[in-house]
Amino acid sequence: MRKIRVIIAKPGLDGHDRGAKVIARALRDAGMEVIYTGLRQTPEQVVSAALQEDADAIGLSILSGAHMHICPRLMELLHDKGMDDVLVLVGGIIPDIDIPKLREMGVKGIFLPGTPMQEIIDFIAANVRPRMERV
Amino acid sequence: MKSVRAESERQRWETEVLEPALKKSPERAVPFTTVSGRPIERLYTADDLATLDYSRDLNHPGAFPYTRGIHPTGYRGKLWTMRQFAGYGTPEETNGRYQALLAAGGTGLSVAFDLPTLMGRDPDHPLSLGEVGKCGVSVVSLADMERLFDGIRLADITTSMTINSPAPMIFAMYLVVAEQQGADWKQLSGTIQNDILKEFIAQKEYIYPPRESMRLITDVFGFCAKEVPRWNTVSVSGYHIREAGSTALQELAFTLRDGMEYVQYGIDAGLDVDDFAPRISFFFNSHSDFFEEIAKFRAARRIWAEVMRDRFGARSERSWKLRFHTQTAGVSLTAQQPYNNVVRTALQALAAVLGGTNSLHTNSLDEALALPTEAAATLALRTQQIIAHESGVANVVDPLGGSYLVERLTLDMVEGARAYFDTIDRMGGMVEAIEQGFPQREIAEASYRFQQSVERRDKVIVGVNDFVQEDEPPVPILYIDETTAETQLRRLKELRGTRDNDAVRRSLDALRETAAGTGNTMYALLDCVRAYATVGEMCDALRGVWGEYEEVPLI
Repeated sequence: MRKIRVIIAKPGLDGHDRGAKVIARALRDAGMEVIYTGLRQTPEQVVSAALQEDADAIGLSILSGAHMHICPRLMELLHDKGMDDVLVLVGGIIPDIDIPKLREMGVKGIFLPGTPMQEIIDFIAANVRPRMERV
Repeated sequence: MKSVRAESERQRWETEVLEPALKKSPERAVPFTTVSGRPIERLYTADDLATLDYSRDLNHPGAFPYTRGIHPTGYRGKLWTMRQFAGYGTPEETNGRYQALLAAGGTGLSVAFDLPTLMGRDPDHPLSLGEVGKCGVSVVSLADMERLFDGIRLADITTSMTINSPAPMIFAMYLVVAEQQGADWKQLSGTIQNDILKEFIAQKEYIYPPRESMRLITDVFGFCAKEVPRWNTVSVSGYHIREAGSTALQELAFTLRDGMEYVQYGIDAGLDVDDFAPRISFFFNSHSDFFEEIAKFRAARRIWAEVMRDRFGARSERSWKLRFHTQTAGVSLTAQQPYNNVVRTALQALAAVLGGTNSLHTNSLDEALALPTEAAATLALRTQQIIAHESGVANVVDPLGGSYLVERLTLDMVEGARAYFDTIDRMGGMVEAIEQGFPQREIAEASYRFQQSVERRDKVIVGVNDFVQEDEPPVPILYIDETTAETQLRRLKELRGTRDNDAVRRSLDALRETAAGTGNTMYALLDCVRAYATVGEMCDALRGVWGEYEEVPLI
């Protein structure tokens, strides 16, 4: 069985990468294949990395408040490329009033400060869409 | 003989008192460690301080090596500066917050800039999308700096500006506003963070490669020694290193080693150490482990005094004295049960005060959720005022001096930091250590270890992994909408249409020429600022000469 493949990305200008790095490592320790894109990735770069790596999930770490700009663009690009089956998660500082809007645009997992790593691992394992090549 | 007797007393206590007590009621089955993972013994006694030499290791406050404080009277003379970091939205909105903080008894200003400003990008750059005015105030050109300090006399206050890669550009703007107000640069006082090394290590807001970045910093040293002698040219910061997940010891060691790197580069640039070292200040985190933090602050003063005198040959006492600002640990705040954060912050602030901080920022209860509301920011300031005026801790200098535990922890901090210095020296220095990813790896390891200890519940975080409460009532939060971006974009367009663009072009050309040569970039930047060049334009000019840094991501 192919390992679950996850892109961890830090879009926007913010450089606070503690959360992104910790979760990348936790997913790797949980047996997933993790590609960490590094800092300051545009939505275009994140989607292109996901396409190249044939990723099952994309995890975005956003603390700066730019999520309402980054997420719609990312979801639109995924849709354009026929990648609607890629599971998208956002972790970071997300005000309550934005959560329904993010869900509506197709972000499946929204994880706020204090979330146990295991919860994110379980969420990904339970929600990635079974794919043909993962046999 | 005394120690033999002490040992036998200790043994007697263990067999006669402790062991029966443990048999009756064993200790809790938890790891007794600090938040950094350092084991803590059950009891500390004089035995733990057998090697301590009072005059060498501690001495009285105001006397070398200043472990007990740089002022002989502690806070009995002057209380610490209550400096609350603030900034959001447009310069006018932030100006309003400053006026409110000063009216509420704040004694200094501290500017938080938004991410585009911190990264040297104008609001119309594609990477600025969604970021303008979000994490701080948007300052694009001199016109915004004029708005930010409208009605505030720069000669009468001290201002700290948290800005790093574009620090020289922002500092030049501040100086021109002061000039417009008729203030004498020689009398101006304040701080620019200007600490690029911790950006490479932790916060990652860098633009240029390390060596070119160091050039900008030594240019500021040289410029200020001549033109703005009371300005703190760098605030060497452990805060971000700690927030990124380091231990207390790593924060201490990497920060002081960064400071040593700046001193070395200044000397190598031909400056006299006593001309610039007294204006180097520090900025530490105050985390939740009370005694470990106090030990860290005390150790910092001692180590700095010793390295300045013995390693760099500084002759001025002013070069030996480590002055520092402290901010309570943002990373310790929880989104769950946010009112608990008031208590966390109060304890952390108390540790900073007992450690002898020279200025302090206390975080607001809502900061795991958003930038603070005015009410939350006021409560944070009140927390400091209660410590200062009601708790009694400011009556005495270094109240914990002589505590077996605190002195032991302080000695261990000193030893641990020296071991890190040796490792980094062997790599060739901090710039080289950063290029090899050493501090970055150390921090990533520590932060992962801490997260695992939280998952295992070895470390309890109230409201997060224990004492959890469902259906919490929400707290009011500050929501920053998109109008700031619209305003700043409109103003940028107007500015480009009304300023003398030939003058801007000439000043930017001169900046490029200076950067490619060896002149001091500060003078060229002042000319750019006076012509109303934007932060993005000035930073781009230098990007063209020096290129940009890109890190190899490590996980």
